[in-house]
Amino acid sequence: MIKQTLSAAALAAAFIALPAQAVEYGTVQVEKTQVAFTYKQMNVPIDGKFKKTAASIAFDPAKPQAAKATLEIDLASIDAGSQEANDEVAGKLWFNTKAFPKATFVSSGVKALGNNRFEVAGKLTIKGKTQDATAPFTFKQDGANGVFDGTFTLKRADFAIGEGMWADFGTVANEIQIKFHVVAAPAAAAKK
Amino acid sequence: MRQTSRYTPTARALHWLMALGMIGTFAVGIYMHDLPLSPQKLQIYSWHKWAGVTLFLLLLARLAWRITHQPPAPVAMPAWQKAAAEGVHHLLYLLMLAIPLSGWLMSSAKGFQTVYFGVLPIPDLIGKNPELGELLKTAHMGLNFFMIALVAAHAAAAVKHHFIDKDDTLRRMLPGR
Repeated sequence: MIKQTLSAAALAAAFIALPAQAVEYGTVQVEKTQVAFTYKQMNVPIDGKFKKTAASIAFDPAKPQAAKATLEIDLASIDAGSQEANDEVAGKLWFNTKAFPKATFVSSGVKALGNNRFEVAGKLTIKGKTQDATAPFTFKQDGANGVFDGTFTLKRADFAIGEGMWADFGTVANEIQIKFHVVAAPAAAAKK
Repeated sequence: MRQTSRYTPTARALHWLMALGMIGTFAVGIYMHDLPLSPQKLQIYSWHKWAGVTLFLLLLARLAWRITHQPPAPVAMPAWQKAAAEGVHHLLYLLMLAIPLSGWLMSSAKGFQTVYFGVLPIPDLIGKNPELGELLKTAHMGLNFFMIALVAAHAAAAVKHHFIDKDDTLRRMLPGR
């Protein structure tokens, strides 16, 4: 018992010392990770989210240039604001989820912007189309975990999301705000 | 003896403007709710909501006018008819208030904010709540069918007074002159 407490204390001490010793965050906590979005239809803002995502991260705040991240979104897990919308966006004109079940992001580089702010660049693939994407994000420590929060604007037309009668932006706007919230534990603490 | 004391031009204008607006918005509401999802459906829903907000604002103007301006004394008729007419008028006012309010609340509960003319966001009084949304949808629909029944009775009474009793009940509210 006492030993366990001691080793827990030692572990805690190690985490408190984090900023000094570069620690790499590598174990994504899926249940705390979320990808949400906001879009506008008839200028009415609607919030949605993806319930299932998978991510891998290797991020050391001291060496951001060496960081790597991939994000995989299960498009069928979408909550687009209503059941009617969920059914609609699974179809061919939108995500065509049957043929393209996942959206992926693979980073190519991360640079520090200062003040715990960073920018990740990479390739975003949705519906068989790959585009360069960059997203600013902030990094925070929350206890032992690293928390990454970022937003960027996706233009749905770049990925043919909403074709045919939906291609016009008069009803559903082209710009979609994407918000991501990723929580990762230090790579070494994977068992925790 | 035949001196017709009519409603003021403003009261008559508001009455007929709202009558047309309500019938049109009601018809659109009936038409739109079964449509398969399409950009047109989203547009029509927005138009319907904008019309509802407009009718609500017109109602406020109408109530303000009604409170500050005496309506003409009722045409001579049996007491029960007077009472029935008055009762229906009160119910109509109540429904003109309750119907747009129920639509607005339903919209919020279903997670779609009302943005007047796509410009002015009207705050959501309640948060997203699908069960409550379904309940408010039923309420909105029920109130509307009640309204249509009352409007039919109201119009039938006016026509009856005009053609059968040949009195001035309808003429007081008709536009013109």
